[in-house]
Amino acid sequence: MSTATLEAKHTSTGGAHGEPTGLWSWITTVDHKRIAVMYFVTATIFFFIGGIEAMIIRMQLWNPESSLITPEVYNQLFTMHGTTMIFLVAMPMAVAFFNYLVPLQIGARDVAFPRLNALSFWIFLFGGIYINAGWFMGAAPHASWVGYATLTSTQYSPGPNTDFWFIGLSIVGIASIAGGVNFITTILNMRAPGMKMMRMPLFTWMTLVTSFLLITAVPVIAVALIFLGMDRTFGTVFFNPVMGGDPVLWQHLFWIFGHPEVYILILPSFGIISDIIPTFSRKPLFGYPIVVYAGALIGFIGWGVWSHHMFTTGLGPIADSFFVAATMIIAVPTGIKIFNWLATMWGGSIRFTTAMLFCIGLLAVFTVGGLSGIMHAAAPITLQQHDSYFVVAHFHYVIVGGVMMGLWAGMYYWFPKVTGRFMDETLGKWHFWTTMIGFNLTFFPMHFSGLYGMPRRIYTYSADLNVDLFNQLSTIGAFIFGVSSLIMIWNLAKSLKSGEPAGHNPWDASSLEWAIPSPPHHYNFPELPTVQSREPLWNDGERESILAVTMGEATTEPHMPNPSYWPILLAAAITLAWALVMTGVWWIILLGLVPVFVCTLMWGLEPAFPEEH
Amino acid sequence: MRPALLRLLLPLALLAIAGCAGEFPQSTIDPRTDFAEIIHNLYEQVFWWTMLILAVVWVALTIVIIRFRKREGDGKPKQIRGHLGLEIGWTVGPALIVVAITIPTIQAVFATQRPHDGDPLVVEVVGHRFWWEFNYPEQGVTTANELWLPVDRPVTLRLSASDVIHSFWVPMLGGKRDTNPVVAVREGQDPKYNYLYFTPNEVGMYMGQCAEFCGESHAFMSMRVHVVEPGEFDQWASRWHTSTGAILDEMEGESLPLEDPQVALGRDVFLNQATCGACHAIQGTAAQGRIGPDLTLFGTRRSLAAGIMENNLENLTAWIQDPVRFKPGANMPGTDYAMSARFIAGTSFAWPATNLDETQVRAVSAYLLSLQ
Repeated sequence: MSTATLEAKHTSTGGAHGEPTGLWSWITTVDHKRIAVMYFVTATIFFFIGGIEAMIIRMQLWNPESSLITPEVYNQLFTMHGTTMIFLVAMPMAVAFFNYLVPLQIGARDVAFPRLNALSFWIFLFGGIYINAGWFMGAAPHASWVGYATLTSTQYSPGPNTDFWFIGLSIVGIASIAGGVNFITTILNMRAPGMKMMRMPLFTWMTLVTSFLLITAVPVIAVALIFLGMDRTFGTVFFNPVMGGDPVLWQHLFWIFGHPEVYILILPSFGIISDIIPTFSRKPLFGYPIVVYAGALIGFIGWGVWSHHMFTTGLGPIADSFFVAATMIIAVPTGIKIFNWLATMWGGSIRFTTAMLFCIGLLAVFTVGGLSGIMHAAAPITLQQHDSYFVVAHFHYVIVGGVMMGLWAGMYYWFPKVTGRFMDETLGKWHFWTTMIGFNLTFFPMHFSGLYGMPRRIYTYSADLNVDLFNQLSTIGAFIFGVSSLIMIWNLAKSLKSGEPAGHNPWDASSLEWAIPSPPHHYNFPELPTVQSREPLWNDGERESILAVTMGEATTEPHMPNPSYWPILLAAAITLAWALVMTGVWWIILLGLVPVFVCTLMWGLEPAFPEEH
Repeated sequence: MRPALLRLLLPLALLAIAGCAGEFPQSTIDPRTDFAEIIHNLYEQVFWWTMLILAVVWVALTIVIIRFRKREGDGKPKQIRGHLGLEIGWTVGPALIVVAITIPTIQAVFATQRPHDGDPLVVEVVGHRFWWEFNYPEQGVTTANELWLPVDRPVTLRLSASDVIHSFWVPMLGGKRDTNPVVAVREGQDPKYNYLYFTPNEVGMYMGQCAEFCGESHAFMSMRVHVVEPGEFDQWASRWHTSTGAILDEMEGESLPLEDPQVALGRDVFLNQATCGACHAIQGTAAQGRIGPDLTLFGTRRSLAAGIMENNLENLTAWIQDPVRFKPGANMPGTDYAMSARFIAGTSFAWPATNLDETQVRAVSAYLLSLQ
């Protein structure tokens, strides 16, 4: 059967097992694709909130000794910018891709625990709102995104600012752990027949590695936040030096989470571009097993490098040397990945779509961030560059130039799958070039501000430092970058409404998600296909046999999970229970657990699937 | 685009390290101590290695983009899945570079944390929100925000903090080190401190500032370091013990040799009418407070309020009237209650307003500036 007939068959018979529509159907949905869309939309909204915070910061830094805003507001802005961009933008944006793609790429009808998946989203949403709620009281978190003790103690942060921070992050963390469990189970257990581990697309592989990092790293910050909460609420002394507690303990706990977190952020993007580059080079990924192992190795070594964030803390030369060596080693698998991507493109037939441009952009600028990372791995250099704008330049090259570029590449690449329409390529190219110019103009001069001694997290800087030119370039860049984000939103809105229709496999890609209609049925696959190779849609015989089963309609009612309102209610209950910690009254806090218990019980009693007929 | 970028960025980077550094008083790439020198040498080495790797990646990327773009009539490219030799090559190559960087790095790690042999000058540095305290046990001197050091003598800084974590950073004298609050220990155990070891090798004034976010006025926590000839240093230290304040006290009861009545008034306000001495100390007077900066030889300081403005009568008067205007979150009260109220909202601890009028404040300023 030709592809054209398959498309026709799909469009002619829509609605037989159509999905319910309306607000209530979204609130109660357990469909991984709808949850993915909600993650994406929420993360994009937070991206604009965090972006506006960044632009106000840049306006304040335009002149030396400026006082556009107060220092207290400035501190709240940069704290919330960091917290928002890491926990409420980069992580959930990646989770949106996990959600949409993993079941499709492995040939499954949903994730392993659909209701838990919905719970993750609602907890993330409520936690994100909770962290931001401080703005409405003029008391947003203000102790920086790393929240070092003793600045977070009730003595030095007496208001509710830090309470919003530790409670909000604790709530969001639950979502990450639940998500990690869900994706590990899904990937290990729900692959279609023939989808061996070493046939999985790289994105699914990196989701697996990231999920393991999530369930091991996030609990560590949960512990640290609970210690902090106990210190603040019940007067324990985990981080109080006067009583024999140790502020440096917070740093260890934070970075034992914080460094794997860096790989939690970057590995999904590595996965995304490992899928996109082969498609647009029309060549299979060069050194597939090596790229997989390199990704897993980065995840493993990522556990043993946390103290490179603490070279100035004073751990002594032996500890410093260990963490120097461990950090340097990580450069090797990262380099291997970059060379394999280059080798994939080498000898290919490259199409410069917007998605591919973002991949190439990532290779060009992420490398800069990786190399300044090598400088920081050299501990004595860090003694100069730590907490200076050089470091700000470094991690924005990694997180914007690596993480966000990868996610935007993925957005352009999979938008046709999600909506059935292409994103506008002209606007896409405008988006790409304004991003490249704005991003580099913002962050490249920061290397110089840092080298010339401008510390980070400062409200203003002395005119004597002579760094105003660099700061002005950065501010101009930030506004160009802001414009690029508006172009992106315009493109999303326009393409959603009137984009060119895309077929089921518009890019001639090789993996399983392109074997089903765009947008997919809510049950994904009418029947599960059998996979025989790593690029099933690039092998003629295999493609025909897969499309024959995947492009049709389900003949019987697919066995899909029930919608449920318990996830959103349980998420609300968990958020309420955490919020009550702010009262500091033990019996109110205990009382707050009652709704959590009730919702959990009702959830347990509700049948997950419709009864068999 | 890629080669154009390369042409643009490389010279920029070179310019930066060659550096017109004289104009940058907090430059990290203009070393004036052995410690800063070690760091800078390592930085230059690593810099060139990273430039090499960057060049390889960018050149390869440029070639790929130009040579392998899709052209009309292209067939399906050859489906290559990998090459063991290449994989080994780009594993071993970077691994060797990493080793070449790691060895000098670890040598530098030990070299920069090794205590000096011989007889270093020990200074205890204590970070406070938002100012620096410097104690010289050997000289019996205590000062604030402006550190004096003799040239060519090894210095050991013992670092701690009284409240939150700060970080001592004077880039031209070397890297930063956190000043951690000292963790209380049991009897008989030694508390843990951080140290910095360096030998300044050039006379001059160096600028630095707190490099670990410490709250509202983190940006206003600067310092100056005066590296001077050993003779000048000794003179400064001995003058600290016999400064104007000390001389005046000995003369109490006799007719004061003060030509300026404003200074005399200021001294009276400082010591008797206001409670300045509860927090501040001036050597040789009854003012022996240890909460705020020691003000002995205050008139010799070039800057005011931890390096945020020039030390002159106008600035000093404005500062004493309303410190929180310049430094939100500062613990020093202003002249009226309303100003102190802002400070009360920010922290859990407050001093009452000083209730001084402008004449009194100007007199106090004149007195402090007379402490030479």
